[in-house]
Order: sequence, then C-alpha cells, then structure tokens
Amino acid sequence: MRELSYAEAIREALGQAMEADERVFLFGEDVGVYGGAFGVSGDLVHRFGTERVIDTPISELGIAGVAVGAAITGMRPVLEIQFSDFVTLAMEQIVNQAAKIRFMFGGKATVPMVVRLPGGSGTGAAAQHSQSLEAWFAHVPGLKVIQPATPHDAKGMLLAALDDPNPVLIFEHKLLYKTKGPVPAEAYRVPIGKAAIRREGTDLTIVGTSLMSLKAEAAAARLAEEGISAEVIDLRTIRPIDFDTVAASVRKTGRLLVVYEGVKTMGIGAEISAMIAESDVFDFLDAPILRLGGADMPLPYNPQLEKAAVPQEDDIVAAARRLKREE
Amino acid sequence: MATGEAKAARSERANQRPELAALDDATLREALRRMHLIRKFEEEAENSYMRGLIHGTMHLSIGQEASAVGTCLPLEPQDYILSTHRGHGHCIAKGAQPGMMFAEFFGKETGYCRGRGGSMHIADVEGGNLGANGIVGGGLPIAAGVGLSIKMQKNGRVCIVFFGDGASNEGAFHEALNMASIWKLPVVFVCENNHYGMSMAIERASAVPNVADRAPAYAMPGITIDGNDLPLVAATAGEAIARARSGGGPTLIECKTYRIRGHSKSDRNLYRTKEEIDLWRSRCPIVRLEEELLGHDRFDRQALDAIEAAAAAEIAEAIEFAKASPDPDISELTRDVYAN
Repeated sequence: MRELSYAEAIREALGQAMEADERVFLFGEDVGVYGGAFGVSGDLVHRFGTERVIDTPISELGIAGVAVGAAITGMRPVLEIQFSDFVTLAMEQIVNQAAKIRFMFGGKATVPMVVRLPGGSGTGAAAQHSQSLEAWFAHVPGLKVIQPATPHDAKGMLLAALDDPNPVLIFEHKLLYKTKGPVPAEAYRVPIGKAAIRREGTDLTIVGTSLMSLKAEAAAARLAEEGISAEVIDLRTIRPIDFDTVAASVRKTGRLLVVYEGVKTMGIGAEISAMIAESDVFDFLDAPILRLGGADMPLPYNPQLEKAAVPQEDDIVAAARRLKREE
Repeated sequence: MATGEAKAARSERANQRPELAALDDATLREALRRMHLIRKFEEEAENSYMRGLIHGTMHLSIGQEASAVGTCLPLEPQDYILSTHRGHGHCIAKGAQPGMMFAEFFGKETGYCRGRGGSMHIADVEGGNLGANGIVGGGLPIAAGVGLSIKMQKNGRVCIVFFGDGASNEGAFHEALNMASIWKLPVVFVCENNHYGMSMAIERASAVPNVADRAPAYAMPGITIDGNDLPLVAATAGEAIARARSGGGPTLIECKTYRIRGHSKSDRNLYRTKEEIDLWRSRCPIVRLEEELLGHDRFDRQALDAIEAAAAAEIAEAIEFAKASPDPDISELTRDVYAN
C-alpha cells in the first residue's frame, strides 16, 4: 500500500474533510502560507484559500473561544494549537466552555470542534515546548482525548473526530510527524475509544500511548529474542479508555506494564492500573502492575538529560524483564 | 423603510428627541413589558431565594434593565446573543419564556437547561441566546467565533456579546476585540459598566476611565452612553447592529449603569455607600422611560399600569409553572455529558 508520513496523513484527512464538508475549516497560528509550525497544513491554504485555512493572531484563549463559538453555530472548526504547551493559555475555553456547554445547556447544544495539539519531547525544545499534557484533559468529562500513533490512525481518527458531535483533542507527538506508514487513499474512519493490539503475546501486556506504543513494539521485538512474549496495546484513545481490550489482554497474560510519556504521577498509568485493580481482572494478576512514565520534573534541554526524563526502549525492555521475573 | 403613515406619526413626535421619536408605540410597549418582566422576574427570584425555594446563588441586574432591553430591541429573532452571570435580563430581552427560566432557577426538568445549569447557565439556543456564562469574560472569545461562523455561512446574522466592566480587564476581552476587528466580524460588544466587579470599583481596576476608551486600540468605534436611557441604548445598538450586518465590522458600546442589589447573595455592600445606591435607585430606567412617555403623551398612566400588571401576571404564572414542574430524574444523572 501507498505510504505517507504522519504529517501527510493528517493533511490528507483535512483536505478530504474540507472537500466533503464546507462547514470544516482549519485555523491557528501560522497554519496558512507558513504551512504550520511542523508543516502539517502545508499547501492547504493554496487549495482552500484564506477563508478556510485561517492564520490567527497569537491569542490561544481567543482562538479556542472562536472554535467554541463556531462549533455551537453550525461549523466544524479544526484548531491547531502550535505547541500543545500553549494550550495552558486556552484552558478556560476548553475546560469551562467546550467541555461543559452541552451538559450545562441540558443537551440543547453540541460543540463539534477538533483541537490538534503537537506535543512530546525529543526535539531539544526544553521545558515549555515539550510537555505531554493529555492526562489533564482526560480528567475533564465532556472532552474526548485521542493520541494516534501511526499515519494510518492519524488520518482515520482525525476523520472520526470530525464526525464526532463532541469536542475532541488530538495529541500528536512531534517525533511522529516524519514517521511513515501505509495509508489508504480513501476517506476512512478509525473509531475513537478503541485500542489496537499491535502485537500478540502471552507473558505480559504492555499498554503504550502515542510514541510510547511504538517504543513498546520495538522493545517487544527484542524481548521475543529473549523468549519473553509481550502483547503490545496501543491505547489510541485516553478518554474514553478502551478498558475491555486492556482487561482481556491482562486476563490472558497476568502481567501489566503501562508506558506513557506524560509525568508518571497522577497520569494515564495510574488510571489504567486502578481500573485493573478495581475489577475482577485483579484476580488474574501474577505480579504487581508497573508504570513507566515521564520523570517528575520539567523537561530538560540537554539531549542526554532530555532522553533520561522520558521512558526509552531500554527502559521498557528492563521493566518487562523485571515483570516477567516477578511471581 | 418608513411608510407614509409612519412618517406622519414621526412628525407628530417632532418635539421628542430623535431616539424616542424613532420608536413606535408597539415597540415601546414591548420594551416596557420586557423591562417589567425582568424587574419582576428578579424580585420574585430574590423572594424565592429568601423563602428557601432556591439553592445556590444568583446575580441580580435590578437597575440595569434598559441596557439589556435596549440592546436587544433592534435584533432579529435569528440573531445571537451571549450573556453573562448577571444574565436574566439579557435572556428575557431576547425573548425567553419566564416560565422556563423560573423552572431552570428551581432546578426543574422543564427549565431551559433541564435543571442542569441553573441561573448562571441559562441558555435559549433556539431563541438565539447562546448562554449566560459563569466565567467573567467567557463569552467574549465565543462571540468572535459566532461572528466568524456567521461570516463564513453568509447568513446575515449579528452577534451581541454582553459583558461587565470587570471583564474588560480579562485577556479574553482584548483577544476577542482584536480578532473581531481584523476579521471585520458582525459582532457588537456591549459592556454593561455597573461600576463594580464584585467589590472592585472600575476606577481602581482599570487604567482608563471608560471601557469604550479601549476601542481605538482595536480600530473600532467605541461609544460610552447612559445605559439607563432605553431610547438612547436602542438607537446606539441599532446603528452598531446595522453596521455589523452590512459588513462594517464590530462596535464597542459601553452602557453606564448600576446594579442596585449586591454582587450576589453574600454581598454586604461594604464597598459602597447607601447614598450612592439611593442616587442610582432614583435613576431607575423603567420609571424614567415611563415619565418621559407620560410627558409626551405617548401613553397615559392607565396604559402604563396595564403593561406592568400584565407583566406581573405573566411572572406569577411563570412561578406556578416552575413550582408544578417535576425535578430531573436521578437515573438521568450523567445524561448529556456527551452527545451521541
């Protein structure tokens, strides 16, 4: 099958959505002729014009509000927050308005908006341009939060997000933009709320999010050479979490390792661990659940320090070995 | 378009100031009806609170009726408004049903938000009211989005966003005005300057004396008016709405007014004097309009009393509707967190 980069896959999805539905438009800082800070919007402004690919002032709170206002009056806005870190300036509109309007109004309005947020470390951008803040938003009822890890899912989940009548936040890891993979040419959907089993295994389950699911796959290949059979699940959606897929896997393997780049404390790993511990799957555990997450610190600039602050393939392999040894 | 008949009627009003002369009797009757509805709605809301029928809190706009009604008077039904935490007046001014508002206030299933939102979140989406807002300045950026949506859909509508003097010091205010201006959006920004945030006087909170002084920074017309003067508010809003509708871009209107009641139920008025409150009480926008209409023989006392009595009856009926309405079913606790 034809291969596209993750960034190209998103651009193709946006282009197809805008062709199919005149309510869809893209806006954000430097998404026009600049083509987006990470080149995701690319040539879209030339294809659809400045009325549908709109450069905005540097006003994150304001543009998040624009998305809300457009969404509740019949449009399908796609907002790019240039770096996900900048969403801190837009929290009010996303958390107090977008997430709650439907409920507060007794179901008499919908807020079908999509927010794309490039995040994650590994680019030497330091503490204010490298964070993984997705768990913050997974704490907010009314929002959906997705983290596609492959070009295939990036396209299909963005199109699914545009079909969704709720506000959907897409956290795109910056290191994924140049990764390539097979992407069908037609406009297809990958459902929100459904995890993907990337590799089947019997000894332990590794649940990863975004880039960490790819690292988990690479780690699993190495573990296989040592005779450890790891099942790898790409969570894909962190709100709502596909608990059934995780639970079925842990029932089978009896061991669980959760890997995510966001700060470990109060993170996605805590939620998944607790969901397992509170359920009947607890009885199937042969070892304590392990979490690998970002260090409890701001992300550092120095490349060695930066790498050390988030889980790496070696860390996953080591954690899996430890988990396998536990009886 | 002025018909021959309307022209004749207006020439009879030659001794009246133009803002008043421009309003025909039916419009004035409706304006008075809505101002009375707002006043009585809030008095009864306060009364219900005192009697323990309502929990939570509320923010009353008694004394500010002219800015809400005057601003909405020139709007078409399909136009939008965005309101504030002090939003009962805007809601009624846009044409909402007091019964459904009281039901919301009482937390009933028949309320505008099925009892899920309460006083601070009343919205009448079908009627073009996109919601009160619990966050100061929360509606301002949303209004820019509504304006962009109107422009993209080319549907000829206009969006009014109400906010207070306190909100003018939020970043959201500046971001919203700037975007509305650079994109020439059909939005009218209406600041109801009632002189105080919760307790912070605008003189202490703002670097400029008038909120409208900030309009030049966003290259839009800014005008400060007496917000307790209904014909003036209607004329000023009418001009701004017409400009917005014709593609001329946004306007900032500052209505100077005063809230007679405290900020909310916890307010003990420690930051202002009784004399100041009494002074503004004497500037009641309803009494003022009535006196002007009597002075010009536009209405007689009996007609004015009839408008007020009809409003009182409508409010009494609205309360009975709310009281008789069912509470939401607890089995539907998490309904509408997500749309399907």
